[in-house]
Amino acid sequence: MAQARSRKRRIGMQIAEHATGITASILFLAPIAWTVLSAFKPAQEARQPPLPPWPTSGISLENYATLNTFGDGLWLPAQNSIYVSVMTVVLSVIVSVLAGYGFSRFRFPLKNLLFVVILSTIMIPFQSILTPIFLVLTKIGLHNTLTGLVCVYVTLQLPFSIFMMRNAFDAVPREIEEAARMDGANNVTMLLRVMLPLVWPGIVTIALFAFLGAWNEFLAALVLMTDQSKFTLPIMMTALQSGRFGAIDWGAVQAGVTVMMVPCLVLFLLLQRFYIRGLMAGAVK
Amino acid sequence: MTTITTTIAPARPRKLVGAGRRQWIGLLYVAPAVALVVVFFIVPLCMTAWMSLHNWPLMGTHSFIGLDNYWAILRDTRFWNALKFTGYYTVVVTIAIFAVAFPLALFIERPRQLTGFYRTSFFMPAVIGFASASLLWSWLLNVDSGLFSPAAFDLGLTEKKFNLLATFQPAFWSIIAMVVWKVAGFTMIILMTGLQSIPPDLQEAAMIDGAGPFARFRAITLPLMRRTLALALILSVAGSILAFDQFYIILRGGPRNQTLTAVYWIFNQSFVSFKLGYGAALSMVLLVILVALSLIQLRLLRQHEGVD
Repeated sequence: MAQARSRKRRIGMQIAEHATGITASILFLAPIAWTVLSAFKPAQEARQPPLPPWPTSGISLENYATLNTFGDGLWLPAQNSIYVSVMTVVLSVIVSVLAGYGFSRFRFPLKNLLFVVILSTIMIPFQSILTPIFLVLTKIGLHNTLTGLVCVYVTLQLPFSIFMMRNAFDAVPREIEEAARMDGANNVTMLLRVMLPLVWPGIVTIALFAFLGAWNEFLAALVLMTDQSKFTLPIMMTALQSGRFGAIDWGAVQAGVTVMMVPCLVLFLLLQRFYIRGLMAGAVK
Repeated sequence: MTTITTTIAPARPRKLVGAGRRQWIGLLYVAPAVALVVVFFIVPLCMTAWMSLHNWPLMGTHSFIGLDNYWAILRDTRFWNALKFTGYYTVVVTIAIFAVAFPLALFIERPRQLTGFYRTSFFMPAVIGFASASLLWSWLLNVDSGLFSPAAFDLGLTEKKFNLLATFQPAFWSIIAMVVWKVAGFTMIILMTGLQSIPPDLQEAAMIDGAGPFARFRAITLPLMRRTLALALILSVAGSILAFDQFYIILRGGPRNQTLTAVYWIFNQSFVSFKLGYGAALSMVLLVILVALSLIQLRLLRQHEGVD
């Protein structure tokens, strides 16, 4: 009797816990779902308050079409965003794999100083050095270019990604390297053939953070990209939302926000464990 | 580009004896990273300090004016108001984030069915950018086409559609709600790593000794999590002091310039008024505040490590 009652109470507790969990999940997911669903409404309906959030008069891509009529269209800023993000990923992976390997496996003068200097840049907010960055880019001819923006983003990623990669290389046992060296591998083949396959989880992690960082960055892109044809998605969408292209079309805003969110969400869902890994590595230090 | 060569050149030893060759190669591996950090971080950092001593318009020549920019800051009440608002926002939003993230961390830390699903859904808003989140909420908060005002009106809670963004209090709390929604999942994961590092037998032993859940939380969970708590606090405080995107996108500093943050004010001075020298001086003030905070917090972290 008593046992049955305590089991009943346990089941009651479980139901209460899951009810809490599901309510909280809905609260966190609702704004995202609301936008993605509303974006599929016909333009007329999208201007009305989103009640209910889903399209009631048929699914339509009108909002995406409208979005495409503002400024330089949707495709150009999307292309800019893709270019900047992919280049940031490629460059920051190359630079921090090399640096991580260098800091992990070689002894050279000023090594510790250089490592500490690179890591400590994370303490200094880049927001406070944007003006000189603007002037430096002008000086070296990268003013108002996507490549210049990529250089800035890669630099901002370096403290985290070099720290990650140095730790990843540190975790590879020296014996593996020595065996490969016996077989006649030189430094470059060693890095590419022997080490890379062993540190790839670290590479996926830093690539993911680099992508999300570059794709979502706002202030530097706002300041450094003055030419409308160089706008990334966040800048273009803010211009649209501020009414720079005439009356604000909220349907187009929903469509634009969806385009900006979906790549992040998909990448995160696919690579979740690498993301959490990165956070843990940062948290544990 | 001259800066790179001059900075790296002295580091290269000329004598390449024995293991020396390997050392030289190590420097080659880290050279690209060092070059980037020097050109896009160290040089701009030094330039900020240098520019802050100048009257530096976007066009035309700049002139050395010593500490005049800093004296001007002392009299710049709008900057101090922005700084005050930033501080107020930082305190409020940090408390709000922790108030939501801590219960969530405790909730997902215990393994049960669906934990993975819950964790992922709480975390989802954290991976979308601040700009996307701000654009999204600027729509939800819109008085005519948004969600909250029309929904409250339809439910009969308000007599007419209430513009949430027109006055300070509702606008401020709307931003707090948006930031908590976006950031709580992130803080939750950090706190969860701290919770998971507490040995379970400690909790069990305390339970056998008859300690209730609150006593256990105070005597075991909190003290053993101090390091993680400090880290989550650093991230939240530093992030909030540098807040810009949400105030720029959703409120444009309004209503009546009451939500201008420090970074927003620097942005206005540098890139709207093009007073680059003055903007640099403001940046130096912000930079000193943040570095000082980081150093204090790092010291706290280290002390906690000692206690642990």
